[in-house]
Amino acid sequence: MEPQPTPAPGTSATTAIETVFRLEFPRLIAAVTRIVRDVGIAEELAQDALVAALERWPREGVPDNPGAWLTAVARRRAVDLVRRRENYARKLQEIGRSLETTAPAQEPADPGDIDDDLLRLVFTACHPVLSAEARTALTLRLLGGLTTAEIARAFLTPERTIAQRIVRAKRTLATRNVAFEVPYGPDREARLGSVLDVIYLIFNEGYAATAGDDWLRPGLCEDALRLARLLSGLMPKEPEVHGLTSLLEFQASRTAARTGPNGEPVLLEDQNRRRWNRMLIARGITALARADAASPKLSASLEQGGPPSGAPGPYVLQAAIAACHALAYTYEETDWRRIATLYGLLAVQSPSPVVELNRAVAVSMVDGPASALGIVDTLAAEPVLRDYHLLPSVRGDLLRRLGRTEEARTEFERAASLARNVRERGLLLARAEECRFPGGPPDSPHS
Amino acid sequence: MPRYLSLVKIDEKTAPAEGPSPELMQRMGELIEEITKAGVMLDTAGLTPTAQGTRVHWEGGKISVTDGPFTESKEVVGGYAIMQCKDKAEAIEWTKRFLKTHEEFWTVTCEVREIAEG
Repeated sequence: MEPQPTPAPGTSATTAIETVFRLEFPRLIAAVTRIVRDVGIAEELAQDALVAALERWPREGVPDNPGAWLTAVARRRAVDLVRRRENYARKLQEIGRSLETTAPAQEPADPGDIDDDLLRLVFTACHPVLSAEARTALTLRLLGGLTTAEIARAFLTPERTIAQRIVRAKRTLATRNVAFEVPYGPDREARLGSVLDVIYLIFNEGYAATAGDDWLRPGLCEDALRLARLLSGLMPKEPEVHGLTSLLEFQASRTAARTGPNGEPVLLEDQNRRRWNRMLIARGITALARADAASPKLSASLEQGGPPSGAPGPYVLQAAIAACHALAYTYEETDWRRIATLYGLLAVQSPSPVVELNRAVAVSMVDGPASALGIVDTLAAEPVLRDYHLLPSVRGDLLRRLGRTEEARTEFERAASLARNVRERGLLLARAEECRFPGGPPDSPHS
Repeated sequence: MPRYLSLVKIDEKTAPAEGPSPELMQRMGELIEEITKAGVMLDTAGLTPTAQGTRVHWEGGKISVTDGPFTESKEVVGGYAIMQCKDKAEAIEWTKRFLKTHEEFWTVTCEVREIAEG
């Protein structure tokens, strides 16, 4: 399904061609899918176009508009393919008609058209008919231009599993006749939610790996960030798209500070904020402003102290929370009251025990650990949090600050037993150990 | 993913006195939009002429300050772009596309340097 052409390795010409191809790949797939309505076939045709480029560009030079060249070749082959296959007779008619009415593809297509195709590709790859795993793999493959091997490495999954997942996803899209379109109306919001969730899922897998030896897989974060920025350019009027982009810019800005010299995680309160990337913070602020401009409701709902109708969406709210951290020069200077309010809005907007848990942390900074412990204790019975290591971890922290170190130790140990990430488990065990020999006053900041 | 600084160096003596043509500005604007939409561009800007710049020099424990233009320099920095790319080959490809937006009478050199991280 995925022919891998093997050009003469190491030559600068082939490196240049492969780079051009990688950059053009998503748009190429998008443009060809519009003709053949099948991302699997589109991908094969794109690979054919690459082979053609490898044959001709070294002799004739790289064309002025390599993207248009590749698209023209792939489109021509799409037409040939359809002509050769009898069972595609119906499609032939469609294409025959559209070829008569559209100009030959030698001219660069209208960028607006291509952008629409890209957007259609995003929505197709994130279609709810696919499982979450299939959506992420297909999005990284088609939009991120990652090879199967790269995706497999990023998710610590055997390459064969990823390859099968992608093949099955393509087949599902074809057999279920998933339309190559950006939905409109009420469908759009629901489907856009799936698109944003996929990008966030990819980011989170890189940001706090759920399993394995490494705490961070930065490659995945960067790919997700790139996808989010791409989507921001494609859908500038959707506040939630800017919200997600903003959130990811803020979170990515902390990458360098999130691990210590030995790869161990460093908690937000202990991070050296001078290592935060100021340029990414600035980009996060800009993206948040765009979200607000696309739907000026965030400032309004903060002023009113409650969610009005049409309140900001969950990604805008999370971005606003991340902004509070980004703008504080020290942990102590953080505007916890604003964060607690924002979590309150988020709890109304998309209620979840995890949001409540985060709100509890903010409340503990405003009103002290005792009030927060009340919130956390109401969450103890939540089935979704039963195996969530951050619940006992937060509870342990609150108990430690209340001087109940022995109970805190039990909670940290429980949190460690639930954490699936090796680095995180180590950190939690260390905190449990500290409770055994509590030095200093119970409310001193952890260092 | 590494970040790259593409330093745009021009020869002010050969650059058109009236500045870039409207067509060039248009092409460049479209390309910058494309790079931004691709999620690659982090920051970019052109710089005002060196006539409005000042060099502050440190040598032998002494500071000296010289106002532009710097007529003795063959190449001066005329702009920059900071891009986040999968590898250097990609940064070079975007830089090539940037250079190709210029008319043939331009002489422009871009120096692509990886930004040291951490």
